[in-house]
Amino acid sequence: MTQVSISVKAVTRKYGTHPALDAISFDVKKGELFGFIGPDGAGKTTLFRILTTLLLPDEGEATVEGLDVVKDYKKIRRIIGYMPGKFSLYMDLTVEENLKFYATIFGTTIEENYHLIKAIYSQIEPFRKRKAGQLSGGMKQKLALSCALIHKPVLLFLDEPTTGVDAVSRMEFWDMLKRLKEGGITILVSTPYMDEASLCDRVALIQDGKILQLSTPQQVVDHFPYELYNVSSGDIYNLLADLRNYPGMMSCYAFGQAAHISFIKETFRETHLRDFLKEKEHNQLTIEPINPNIEDCFMELMNR
Amino acid sequence: MKRFWGFVIKEFYHIFRDFRTLLILFGMPAVQLLLFGYVITNEIKDARIAIYDQSKDEVTRRISEKILSSGYFLLDKNLQSIQEIEPVFKKGKVKLVVVYEPKFAEKLQKTGVANVQIISDASDPNTANILVNYAQGIINNYLVSINIGQVTMQIIPEIRMQYNPELKGVFMFVPGIMAMLLMLISALMTSLSITREKELGTMELLLVSPLRPIQIIIGKVLPYVLLAFADACIILLMGKFVFGVPIQGNVILLLAESLLFITMALSLGILISSITSSQQVAMTLSLVALMLPTILLSGFIFPIENMPVVLQWLCQAMPPKYFITIIKAIMLKGNSFIFIWKETLILIGFTTLFILISVKKFNIRLA
Repeated sequence: MTQVSISVKAVTRKYGTHPALDAISFDVKKGELFGFIGPDGAGKTTLFRILTTLLLPDEGEATVEGLDVVKDYKKIRRIIGYMPGKFSLYMDLTVEENLKFYATIFGTTIEENYHLIKAIYSQIEPFRKRKAGQLSGGMKQKLALSCALIHKPVLLFLDEPTTGVDAVSRMEFWDMLKRLKEGGITILVSTPYMDEASLCDRVALIQDGKILQLSTPQQVVDHFPYELYNVSSGDIYNLLADLRNYPGMMSCYAFGQAAHISFIKETFRETHLRDFLKEKEHNQLTIEPINPNIEDCFMELMNR
Repeated sequence: MKRFWGFVIKEFYHIFRDFRTLLILFGMPAVQLLLFGYVITNEIKDARIAIYDQSKDEVTRRISEKILSSGYFLLDKNLQSIQEIEPVFKKGKVKLVVVYEPKFAEKLQKTGVANVQIISDASDPNTANILVNYAQGIINNYLVSINIGQVTMQIIPEIRMQYNPELKGVFMFVPGIMAMLLMLISALMTSLSITREKELGTMELLLVSPLRPIQIIIGKVLPYVLLAFADACIILLMGKFVFGVPIQGNVILLLAESLLFITMALSLGILISSITSSQQVAMTLSLVALMLPTILLSGFIFPIENMPVVLQWLCQAMPPKYFITIIKAIMLKGNSFIFIWKETLILIGFTTLFILISVKKFNIRLA
């Protein structure tokens, strides 16, 4: 039987009259790597703060490991690890001092739980005498994660941990999360990067305080209702404008150096599109069917 | 408890790694004290004067000698005519002119009355007043000395300036500066250090940690208690050995009262930080709401008795006022606790009030 780690029921939180979270409900299972995907301002940080007991919900209830986020906030604070969006590091303390400080205030020592953070911390340990302010973004992230893990939390909240971190460090970071998950920790992570969604067990696509879809990354992709084509030409700028005028098109977005265009299933005729674009003086045309990725799905959901 | 000490140690790291904090903590007391002690002084020393002696006899020469040997005055010029007085003032250097009437000694002998005019540059009224008083005093003294043995009725007031016989300004400034600096360091520094954690986002993790609010507050405050206390000692030592301000009363009592005042200021700092969320606001609030009243309304520079009644009431709400009263009483008068228990009690009251409000206001959450 899978147990529930986090349960959120109809939680609403308003800033003024604007709802940052609008009656959100979801469950996270124990040991799950759960991703919140959404643009800036979608309500991810607000949700994390409510779950880490830093904010009170205006309406609804939420429990973390069976503990109420309002009433049992003290107990929750002992069992969770939290890595806020702004890395909570003291820039004038060294790497080692930061880690030691967080170990101390959570009532443990580095030695006691070293095995938990070894894989991550060993990468920055050569710089342990360096001030945190002089670390690169990737190293700060690793240190912040080490600090969040040092007291052996059963549940880890990571609020946009990969924002402002280079691509290589991001991949490394997700590898670390996978390893932590194998160790049995439940992980809740938020990110604005859609490509990271496929690395989660389940994802919730969130926008304007509402969950648009909640399922496994595969299911998200499977639910994409249209046929999707990748179109590129020598003139990407005009290509987008022209494609958007193509009759029968459902949606069209720039994607790298190409455009992704979707059609209702079985309605697409490639020769027709080719002729249409040639008329508009596009050359070097390639048109190929592709499988949608999470970002395509998210774009589609947002436009519904 | 280990958690708490870990927190305190972290605070010390912050303080000792920030050059600016150290400068404010230890540079400022010394600089302020030296500034107030040496530069801003209302004592008169070596004021330039000019003398227009129309008589040039034994008596006028003696009086002039007395004036010039007093240490307060330096002769700038002997004037030759009445027309020279105006230009000599206009040049600005000479602050006082003494004019003896012709045949001064003769008149004094014959009629018992001779006129000496003292003209002073009153564009600075305070200085002018003091100078005139000094000069008058010296002339009166001379008169008394030549009258000895003669049967004229005299009442001679014997003046003694109790507790500060030389009327040194520094006696007034040391307690004032102590109040001002302890207030500034304690309140400003703590409010800054707490709001800094809010700004950096580290407060989020501190709140999520099992540290209790009271532990966070005391952990923040404790290092500053020690440092501000060190400052108090520096000020007292400098006052004693550089400026010769005595400590007549019990040193332990004095230090204990300082500690009380520091605690009061720190709790005020916590209060400020609990109602602000940025360092900028906390700093402005500390400076405007604390510094100015400490300087202006505490009796440090301007006597409270001379203020309008409304301001006098306001002064009663200024904690530094009581502290200044306390240290003046202990340092200069050598009073014991019996004389200052009322002020002490008021300071304790302020402290408790501020701590209660700030613990209540300290948010266990972000909003």
